[in-house]
Amino acid sequence: MAQAAATKVGDAAPGLELPDTEGRVHTLPMPGEASATVVVWTCNHCPYALAWHDRLVQVARDYAPRGVRFLAVNSNDAERYPRDSLGAMRERVDSEDWPFPYLHDESQQAARAWAAQVTPHVYVLDGDRRVRYEGAPDADHMDPERNADWLRDALDDLLSGRQPRRAETEPVGCSIKWK
Amino acid sequence: MTHESPKVELLWWQGCPSWEQALEILREEMRVVGIDPASVEVREVRTDEEAGRWGFVGSPTIRISGRDVQPPDGEPAGLTCRVYRLRDGRVSPLPDRAELRKTLANAIQGGGE
Repeated sequence: MAQAAATKVGDAAPGLELPDTEGRVHTLPMPGEASATVVVWTCNHCPYALAWHDRLVQVARDYAPRGVRFLAVNSNDAERYPRDSLGAMRERVDSEDWPFPYLHDESQQAARAWAAQVTPHVYVLDGDRRVRYEGAPDADHMDPERNADWLRDALDDLLSGRQPRRAETEPVGCSIKWK
Repeated sequence: MTHESPKVELLWWQGCPSWEQALEILREEMRVVGIDPASVEVREVRTDEEAGRWGFVGSPTIRISGRDVQPPDGEPAGLTCRVYRLRDGRVSPLPDRAELRKTLANAIQGGGE
């Protein structure tokens, strides 16, 4: 499958239909769509994704009461990167108590449709599934004090009915591992 | 008493963006301990076959006198990104700078670890 054009701010996000680590299928859109949805491409083996993970978890916990839906997607080729296998994903979710589903994009079709580039790669969608923020969680994967502030700002703006003050940043991380 | 400078190598793979920063840090620390920063051998790893042949377990890999600055814990060779643990426990795509300096200094003294 060819890589689609990059999913950019203002675009309607492609749909998703992917199983989580327990086999439950999650879709985008879903009936009664959330006021905002965060979709983040991540994985198990990338130091950037790991360094930002706790901050993303905290964003999910902090914004769930405000109706924000959060989905994490792993599209890496598990044959060449066994740490990104479904089994390894499941182990991680079980041992770390994730507050959001960890979706397995085995065919990589979702990553290609979204043209996701790296892990982590964050998208924030509005209630109409339009992309309102795209990029990194914050400016420095090594500084937990940053607190995923770019993502939080985007959500705060969106939930207040404004366009995010910073709609696009450069995603930083490991390349998605294509088959 | 003079000492021969240790061999310093940095192996990298294009799939991880941290290698240039790692090289910058490595050269800074080499300068600090008195090793010519231009002497670092930088090698790109392009294929799984090369990764296997060179025992490359992720980018960036730094070896001083042939010894990995954070010896891998059973990770298989392959084209992947290296996960380092800093002294404070944080995960990082870069090695701990203080550990790097210590390893370089020890290598100059011929003491290894």
